[in-house]
Order: sequence, then structure tokens, then C-alpha cells
Amino acid sequence: MNEHVKNLTPETADLSRRSFLVGTAATGLVLGYAGVPGIDAAAAAAPANFEPSVWYAISPDGLVTVTCGKADMGQHIASTMAQIVCEELGAKWSDMRVQLASNDPKFNDPVLGAQITGGSWSTMMNFEAMSRAGAAGRIALTEAAAAAMGLPPYFKDQLIVRDSVISHPKSKKQMSFAEIVKSGKATKTFTPDELKAIKLKTPDQYTMIGVSVPQLDIPSKTNGTAKYGIDVMLPGMAYGKVVTPPVRFGATVKSVDDSEAKKVPGFMKAVVLDDKTGTTSGWVVAVANTYANARKAADALKIAYDSGPNAKLSSQSLLDEAKRLQGLEDSGQFFVKDGDPNAAFGSAAKVVEAEYTTSINIHAPLEPMNATAEFKGDILHIYSGNQFATRSGAIAAGAAGIDPKFVVMHQHWLGGGFGRRLDADMMIPAVQAAKAVGKPVKVIYSRENDMTMDFSRPLTYQKVKAGVDGDGKLIAISHDVVSAWPTARWGIPDFLTPSVDKKGPLDSFTVNGADFFYTVPNHYVRAIKNELAHNATPSGQLRSVAPGWTFWAVESMIDEIAAATGKDPAQFRISLLDGAGKNDGGAQRLRNTLLAAMGLSGYGTRQLPKGEGMGVACVSSQERATASWTACVAHVAVAPSGEVTVKKLTVATDVGTQVHPDNIRAQVEGAALWGLSLAMYEKATLKDGGIEQTNFDSYRPLRMSQTPEVAVAVIANGDKATGVGEPAVTVVAPAIGNAIFNASGARIRALPITAEAVKASMKA
Amino acid sequence: MPTLTINGRSLSVDAANDTPLLWAIREQLQMTGTKFGCGAGLCGACTVHVNGEAVRSCQTMVGDVAGKKITTIEGLSAKGDHPLQKAWIAEQVPQCGYCQSGQIMQAASLLAKNPNPTKEEVVAHMDGNLCRCMTYSRIQKAIMRAASEMRTASATSNERRPT
Repeated sequence: MNEHVKNLTPETADLSRRSFLVGTAATGLVLGYAGVPGIDAAAAAAPANFEPSVWYAISPDGLVTVTCGKADMGQHIASTMAQIVCEELGAKWSDMRVQLASNDPKFNDPVLGAQITGGSWSTMMNFEAMSRAGAAGRIALTEAAAAAMGLPPYFKDQLIVRDSVISHPKSKKQMSFAEIVKSGKATKTFTPDELKAIKLKTPDQYTMIGVSVPQLDIPSKTNGTAKYGIDVMLPGMAYGKVVTPPVRFGATVKSVDDSEAKKVPGFMKAVVLDDKTGTTSGWVVAVANTYANARKAADALKIAYDSGPNAKLSSQSLLDEAKRLQGLEDSGQFFVKDGDPNAAFGSAAKVVEAEYTTSINIHAPLEPMNATAEFKGDILHIYSGNQFATRSGAIAAGAAGIDPKFVVMHQHWLGGGFGRRLDADMMIPAVQAAKAVGKPVKVIYSRENDMTMDFSRPLTYQKVKAGVDGDGKLIAISHDVVSAWPTARWGIPDFLTPSVDKKGPLDSFTVNGADFFYTVPNHYVRAIKNELAHNATPSGQLRSVAPGWTFWAVESMIDEIAAATGKDPAQFRISLLDGAGKNDGGAQRLRNTLLAAMGLSGYGTRQLPKGEGMGVACVSSQERATASWTACVAHVAVAPSGEVTVKKLTVATDVGTQVHPDNIRAQVEGAALWGLSLAMYEKATLKDGGIEQTNFDSYRPLRMSQTPEVAVAVIANGDKATGVGEPAVTVVAPAIGNAIFNASGARIRALPITAEAVKASMKA
Repeated sequence: MPTLTINGRSLSVDAANDTPLLWAIREQLQMTGTKFGCGAGLCGACTVHVNGEAVRSCQTMVGDVAGKKITTIEGLSAKGDHPLQKAWIAEQVPQCGYCQSGQIMQAASLLAKNPNPTKEEVVAHMDGNLCRCMTYSRIQKAIMRAASEMRTASATSNERRPT
């Protein structure tokens, strides 16, 4: 989250102003933050009145079920939330269970005030609330146990809570959580002040945080029982297959001829979407009794389109427009405006200038987009795996023409998210088809729909100009970033950022990362919206978002400057990470990760064979306010043909506090390989207004045979836990680009990297 | 109405012969462990066994597998305790988990024939299975762990065999 992002619903989300209730309900013990500030103890005795926000329950058999308001797309966040509760509660890990939250606002993120999962924010923003929830439960259980054991309340400090058992060593008495819950005596209300006064464990007292416990969701993902949105089965349901137009956005349906579709057995209806949310354009959904029949019917529809205003656009035309906009003096808004780079360039001994580009990229989670809609009475039920229940529920409501409060979202495991499931486009055909046929409808995109209608990582164009003084000191950087604006598309002002030059809000999710932790006295960053691209290729948040392209430019440019001034690129970075002024703290942590990656990779310690090289990069993504500190050393071999082989990636990251070391390693490795995949293999292109790549034969994410060794070093400096799902994505491409330069002298400035570009640059 | 032999049971499905096996399994039989990923045989998420061979169920028509022995992830083991499934848990392989049924079925067809594969043989056998979370290194480790466990188990049972 950017530090400018305001809490969307502060009155309901600020847990520091909420009481915490522990009470007995029919199902056992319920524990949670009260929905209303100052709610009195009477409420605790009547748990039916609870509106817990972040909560969990303990059943009479002692099982502790934590409700996770975060989308779990493979980062095991539900398990992590349970782990944080478990630490303070003193439960046994095998007693812990998780369930996924509905879109009820009581499950909103305590910091963000909405249900949204992204930004590597979840652990960082929920650690405190989950810890206090666990601790409050332990205190309530302990007091109840002391009473039941006939001990005076002041004896409670002599009780030991471990593995779901509370024991009193002196009297040799003990009670399990299950027994205490069954006694019905564990009832307590904490005022906000009391909750705040609870002394949480210090790291030396941790027995769960920092332990790689078995992830709770993994067994179900090895035997086919984990339920994803696509697995939902409702009685009497029908199936929908969307037919999407040849252009990504802007088409309208002129006519639909369903005469051939009517010959398909089980065909019910072809529904032309009337999408007032503006999420889709020119879509039709074919509804039938089975998905196979829906596909046949969809293929048999003859649809005439008006292709709209974007039908002639291509990747090249979007890039040309980006260059035109960048050339205009008054375009865009300033994200960073320190000093005066333009004046500094005038006095600089050396000026280095370069353009960097990235292609359109597609999320392509392996579970294609899908949603099931069911109208029951006044309520619209949506079954889907989604990252942004707050907004998606509103979009589903918009598609149905009802108030969002009548929408209930049933969350599922996500078969990959990566930012794609922040969007709700898949709910619109499901809702309108269900309405049209009067049955629940499950809509499943074909892979072709999914690829060509992705809210993609936008094509980006960046121009960076740097000035160095006579002593080789970097004194100025001017950095322009031109792209579609993914977050502006949401229409939520709080997710935009005021511009420094007061020219209105900008989408910081296009420039985050450009506000790096290097000390550069004169520094401009300008965010320029490519309106043409914004309209033709509605973009989304792809794992790591802006730092995926801003660090490609920044970290390549830092290398170019080092080369131009004859310095070792790693040492040059270290000199820039001096921690002066606003960079204090972050810069030093980033420097340490760089040193760790250098050490682990053997950077600079040995002579590499001809044609091989190492490159470094270091990044602070996501945002400055929520940074994790990550460095990479890439080791590559470059053939005379320009063919690049990545031999090894060494990644070091400082996450402050490790909740689950093994999961951090899994996330960092997966993120680093995403970075490699985007750097070398994934490219989408626009032609005649449409995305050309339709399946995994033409859009090619990394496969096993392309996977190099990834060495990961995790540093935990003891500060609060930061996120790990994304940062390593962003560090890999520049490290590879810099390694290619080190190996061959070829400087690559366009992603993805191709052998042709490397060969051409070697010759030049 | 075609009859399919799946996981040791004979089940008739209300589906035309040209229906992809994938959709008959998922919708007609409501066994949802087998996943739809690409519909074109490019990702491996829908992998099942037909007479012991790993096949892409999105590319296999119901009419072509009548009378053949079909195994899905639900039928790989009685209690989810095939050595590969145990190894997948031991190595904590899955992230989102969506591709993993297909990965496990693909790997099982390798180990059934080759109990001692090299890393290169594993990669060659598994390269058609995409994992978008990129858990490839853990998949490799889990396959090697399962292979080792299966060899040990088989050696032990050989020792016990009466002569």
C-alpha cells in the first residue's frame, strides 16, 4: 500500500478502537473484535450479537478455526494467519483449522478497511491484530481455567499454556482448551485499552513464529479435495461459455445468430452482456446444460461486431504514442521531485540516457477465470476465488442491478491469483446468464478467453537520464514512466496518490520503485498515463506491479552509469546506499541484502569462463512504505548466437521477521522464477486491437526444463514482518540484463530478452 | 450412454462420445480433482491415467476410453497416501495447488515404469506440465523422494518374500 492510501472505512476497521470479546456460543467459544466500539460486557454473554472482525472460534472438541479474510492463492496466507493466532493463543498446531471469509465487511483488512489481497501486504498488516486476538483468547481461557481449578485469580500467572493445555505445575492440575470451552466459563470482554495493554510475546519467547509448520492447506492439494471456484457444483446449475470479440476492448455486438447453436443439445440461450460497470465490451455468453455443450454452442454462434475505436491499434502504435507523450514537456504528473535534475545535467561531467521497455504480459493463472452465480430470494450468491471481495461484490451487484449489500461472496482457494483475481469480469456473464435462464450458472473461460481478455501488465516505456559529476558521483536522475494506469481503472480515489506538482492524482502503481533508496540529490520521477493504451488494453496488477518495470529501468541504468564511469556495479550501488536523510534504515537493509547475495553467489571471487558473467540488482519493492529488501546476483552464459542461459539466480531478502521460513523460501523462489519467466519467455503483443497470444503454445511461461538453480538467503533483522510474495519478481530481470552485459558487452533494454537483441547489441 | 471404468468402478455417463473425458469426469461424475487448464493439451492440469498411461483428459474423448481402465487423482491411492502424495506433503510442494493433481498423475506414470529415474528423465517426463507458481524444484525433489521410498519398500518386500 502506498503511504498515501487512506483507510477506506476507518470507522469499522480501526481495531485499536474496538473491544475484544470472548464468549460462548452454541458452537463453542467465539473470539473476535466487536463491531461497535465500547460494546459492554453484556454483549459477551450473548454472542449471537457479535460482529467480530478478525476472529476465530474454539469448538468443544478443542479445534481452533481461524477465519481468513485474505485470498489464498498459494501463498498459504490462511495458514500463516492461523500460525500467528496460534503463537499467542498457545494452541497445538494440529488443532488449528482455517476457513475462508465471506465478503462481510467484518472480515475487512484491519489496516486497509477493505477485503483486498495483494501488495505483499497481508502478513505485515495483520500480524499485530492476529497476535492480539490470540493473546486475548489465551488470557480468557487462563482465567477460566484458574477459576475451574479453584485457584485464586492472581494465581493465573503461574499457569502454563502450551499445546492447547493449561496446567498448574504446583498443584499438578490441568485442563485442555476443549474442557474449558465445554465448561462455558470462558467469557471476557477486553476494552480497547485493555487489549492494547496486553503484552505480546517477545521474539525470544516465540515457539510458533519462525517455525516451518506443515501448511494447513497442502494435504488437500495432493488428493484432489481442495475446492477452487471452478469446482463449485450447485443443484440444477447450467454452464456458460463466453464468446469474446476479436478486439481486447471497445467492441459492441451488432447481432447474434443462434440458429446453429440451437441445434446443440442442451443449449438454452445466448445472452449478450449489458455491462454497465464498463468491465467488459461486446461479450456474449452461451448457456447450456453442460460445459461441453456450452462450448459447442458458443462455437456455433454467428456474431457480428462493431469493432470500435481500438481495432487498428498494435503494440507498436501504443509504444509510438508513449514516446510521443514522453516527449511533451507538460505531460504527466510528478511522483518524485527532489532538487533540479535539469540544472544538474547542465553542470554534469557525464550524462547517460536510455530508453527501457517492457511488453504486455498476461497473468495466466492455471485455473481459468470462472464464477458461479445463483439468485436465492433477494440474495445474489457468487462462488469464485477472488482477491478483492469488496470491489468484486459491487461489480457483481452492478451486473445484477442490485445493491451490493445483497451480494454474498463465497470464497474458494484460488488456482493462482498473481493479481488477476483482483478483477471481477468473470462474475458479469455468470450473473447475467443466471438471471436470463433462471438457474445458477457457472461460467468458465476457455484458455483463449482468459489470455485475450486478461487485465494485463501494461506495455511500458521509460526514459531515464542520469548525470554524474567530475568525481564520478551520481548527482541527478530524471525518470519518465509511460503506461496504462491499472489502478486508475478501479475508480477508487483512495488508491490513487496526489502528485507532487499538484496536478491531480496519479497511479502510483505505475511508478512505485522509481522512488528508490539510493541517495541522488536531484531526482525527478514523472508518471505519464498512456490513454490510448489505457483504453485499448485495460491493464491490471500483475505480481509486483510497477516495480516489475521501474526497477528494470532503474537497476539497468545504475549498471550503465557504473560502466560509463568504470566502477564495479555492486560497489557503485553500495556507495549510493549511504542511508542519508529519508533513506536511513531502508538503504542500509538493502545494502546488506546485496552483500549477502554477493557473498552467497561468490560475486567477484573467481574468474568466470569466457562468455559467462554475473550481474547484480537490488530492489525495495513494493512501495517505500511497505518495502521488503531484496537483491539478486544472476549468473549467465551468453553464446555467440546471442542465446542466453541463466545458470543460477542467487536471491537475498530481508523480511524483518520470519513467520514461516520454508514458506518464505517457497515464495521467494517462485517469485524469482516469475521474474525469470517475464525476463526471458513471456511476451504478449497487440495486433488489430486484439491480443495475439491465445494459449500456452504462443504465450510461454517457464517450464521445468528452463528452471535454473535458485539459491535463497533469508535475512530477518528483527523488525516487523514484511511481505515476500512479490519483491523477488522485480529483481531478476535487471540482474540478468546486467549479467549479459558483464558476460558479453551487450546491453539489453527491452523485455523480454531475445537472442536476436543480444546478438545485435554484441555487434554494435 | 457410455460406461467408463474409473478408479475401479463402472460408471455410466450421460455424455456424447465426442465429449472430452475431462468434462465427463468433472461434471457427470463430480470428481473435481482433475483440473481444466488449457483445453489444448499444453499444460497437463487435466492429466489422468488410461490403462496406466498418463493422458490429457481434455484431449481424450469419452467414446475412445470405454472399456479402458481410467485412474484419476481420487483413485491414485485409497487414502491419499501414494508415495508421491506423501512426498508432495513432505516437501511442501503445492502453492496454489491447481496443477498438482496433474503433476502427481504425470509423475506416477513415470515411477510405475522407472523406479530410479535420473534428474534428466524426470525433467523430460514432466516438462509438459506447467506450474504457474513455479514449484518445479520441489516437484523434482518430491519425485526423487517418492522414488527412493518406493525402491526401499519394494526391496523390503522382496526380502520378505518366501523362497
